Amino acid sequence: MPTTSATTREELAREVAERVPDPELPMLTLADLGVLREVHVDVADGEHRVTVWITPTYSGCPAMATMRDDLVHGLQQAGFAEVEVRVRLQPAWTSDWVSERGRRALAEHGLSAPGPAPRREGPVPLTLLPVRRAVTCPVCGSADAELTSEFGPTPCTALYRCQACLEPFEHMKEI
Amino acid sequence: MADLHDANPAHDSGSVYDGLLDPGAVDGHWAFGTSFEDPLAGVDTTVPSGVDAGDLAAYCLMLGDDALVHSHRLTEWCSNAPDLEEDIALANIALDLLGQSRLLLARAAAADASVVPALPEGSPAPPEDALAFFRDEPAFRNVRAVEAPNGDFAVTVTRLFLLSCWRLALLEGLARSRDQVLAAIAAKGVKEVTYHRDYSARWLVTLAQGTDESRRRAEAALLTVWPTVAELFATHDVERRMADAGVGVDPATVRDQVAAVVDHVLATAGLERPEVRGMSGVRGRTGRDGLHTEALGHLLAEMQSVARAHPMGVW
Repeated sequence: MPTTSATTREELAREVAERVPDPELPMLTLADLGVLREVHVDVADGEHRVTVWITPTYSGCPAMATMRDDLVHGLQQAGFAEVEVRVRLQPAWTSDWVSERGRRALAEHGLSAPGPAPRREGPVPLTLLPVRRAVTCPVCGSADAELTSEFGPTPCTALYRCQACLEPFEHMKEI
Repeated sequence: MADLHDANPAHDSGSVYDGLLDPGAVDGHWAFGTSFEDPLAGVDTTVPSGVDAGDLAAYCLMLGDDALVHSHRLTEWCSNAPDLEEDIALANIALDLLGQSRLLLARAAAADASVVPALPEGSPAPPEDALAFFRDEPAFRNVRAVEAPNGDFAVTVTRLFLLSCWRLALLEGLARSRDQVLAAIAAKGVKEVTYHRDYSARWLVTLAQGTDESRRRAEAALLTVWPTVAELFATHDVERRMADAGVGVDPATVRDQVAAVVDHVLATAGLERPEVRGMSGVRGRTGRDGLHTEALGHLLAEMQSVARAHPMGVW
């Protein structure tokens, strides 16, 4: 066990779960993405059982199955025979849950990190004008970026193009 | 002992595709869905006190079928949209609706298992897939607006706009449902349908204010879609009972709220609210009763035929 400082089985389980990468944005761990909500270990019949709670980013997130499998395999390889992954639907995932480390990792890999998610009381307002965000090009740092599409290759990203270096890049949307 | 630096088993074996060959799943994956057996795994699906489980299941089927059938229609644009960005946009919206539908159908099955069609023993299809792929047309409870053929891009965008205004209003109300599962699905859905509505509203204004041809198509689209709108606000008995129980939303109660948004966008687009009659039912029966247009039969044939031919399909 090379680098772990875990002193309890629960710490170990949490450490292992926190290092599982997101299948679609592998520069992020599930913990950095905010999908990993809770890790709990209990003992039954002398066996350590791990329960992990995850919250989907989007209702149709196709990566949920892979996340579940990766968590189970990671924990089993760390010696936990019994692993259960549960879904927690409430509160709904928000891009505000992406950690500081996750935001840095996104930028290092050419993705622009989300700004603060909209918070609202009362009816959802209609927005007829194009979405305006303060986006910085992750390649050259220019603030002059043009929205290409609100929809990207994964549900959580929008497409931008830098007007300075002309490089296209993805921006993780605020929800 | 595993190297804790990399808990992803795919990385150990060298190829990202190795993950597809799930060594834990000895029987393979159900061929027509994902291997995540239960999208509500670990979620408390107890039916709230005083609520009829059959009604709750029927209500979830209504909302879930709206999303499923509309999602299927939108995916028909894949590789056919006017440009790549719209292709991806419509596919993303379809994916959101498919996800909502999966959760809602799973919630229906968890509330009342008797709504799930019987499959051959040992079939790997999870309940929500059994509901999607193995029900016949009269068992679908979606409004007829979602099943109509796509038409051109203007018709698709106009339909998406009107349906998104309506669905967003329903989901906003449902986020306060006494059923915690429905409330959670709705709260999530609000975030998604918000940008479905923004996207389609922008396009409707753009088309109406664009060239003569795009305006002609926007006007024609509004006339095409409008007759299906009245049904959205007609209250079915199940919806009324669920609203009375504090679980559902009576669609008649969101009519004014939806009309305000629709009128605002039509005014911005310079389009007139059409004066056309709503599509009639048959002896008072409409989509919520399982009475559908011919279009749904064709849609289901395409969506279901492969799964039905291989109910035991694994890969």
